[in-house]
Amino acid sequence: MSEIRLIEIKEEILTDNKKAADDLRKKLKDRGIFLLNLMSSPGAGKTSLILRTIGQLKTKFRIGVLEADIDSTVDAEKIVAAGIPAVQIRTGGFCHLDAGMVMKGLDALDLSVLDLVIIENVGNLVCPAEFDTGAVKNAMILSVPEGDDKPLKYPLMFNICDVLLVNKIDYLGLSDFSMKALHERVRTLNPRITIIETSCKTGAGIDMWSAWLAEEIKKIENEGNINDE
Amino acid sequence: MHELPVMQSILAIVLKHAAMHNVKKVHAINLLVGKLSDLEAEWMQRYFDYLSAGTVVAGAKLNIEWVPAVLSCEVCQTRVEINKVNLDGITCPACAKNKFQLVSGKEYHIKNMEAE
Repeated sequence: MSEIRLIEIKEEILTDNKKAADDLRKKLKDRGIFLLNLMSSPGAGKTSLILRTIGQLKTKFRIGVLEADIDSTVDAEKIVAAGIPAVQIRTGGFCHLDAGMVMKGLDALDLSVLDLVIIENVGNLVCPAEFDTGAVKNAMILSVPEGDDKPLKYPLMFNICDVLLVNKIDYLGLSDFSMKALHERVRTLNPRITIIETSCKTGAGIDMWSAWLAEEIKKIENEGNINDE
Repeated sequence: MHELPVMQSILAIVLKHAAMHNVKKVHAINLLVGKLSDLEAEWMQRYFDYLSAGTVVAGAKLNIEWVPAVLSCEVCQTRVEINKVNLDGITCPACAKNKFQLVSGKEYHIKNMEAE
């Protein structure tokens, strides 16, 4: 038996995905496309929020949607019915999207006619937090029926998001959900996160969310213009 | 939940280094993993064994050094380790403020491997 050696590796485990994500971000920036990664638990309202967003922003921006689902096309059909190009990425049992899967999905969209692409990630608060998709901004939805304790259970997800939508606020009167406790728990982990309270059912807060998103898209467009000069 | 793709990534990196160093057998891989990762050591090893079968890495033990999740107070930079028990209502032990930056706990790093 030969001698056992200690071989230094010193590599980050998810380097390949991070690199693919950075490459994708750069490529999309050069083409003037804003990629948003939307995450939540199943049933928190991702598809409903996308439909509301389309309703608010489709006259301002040309929108496309990447729908990730473990094995169904239900959500993509709803988006297409709203007159928006959508691609279904079946993750084949995978619990999240990575940058490579997003790149393949984007290949199926005509990017030359789009300003904003929204990724509807797999419904899951654990795995999508670990895998950079190449998006410019990470958004998540927490719905009121899920409870105000979720930041304590899934701290990483709340830490990596730029914006949190607290959805289904029309349920607030029916539950002991504390908005104050939620805000405190989220801000402990992520002091600079934007928190917007919404109801996709009543439309409450959708204008605020759309304004936030439109502002972020403009920031990227302006950066692009500065780079062009 | 997402052990499989993470293990695939570890295996690819280890195989690359094994080829570079002419390794015949890898006995152990030493990892640094942040406590916020939600990975389970038992499942990591099981998935890794499944993926590495038939390679020079087959049978290698994953030694995981868990990196604590630590917040740094934005006001006075005091550091406080968090876990799922003390996170609720946490305030800085020095200045009692509750705005923090996460400074560790997200690590995903391969340190080295023991091989022949």
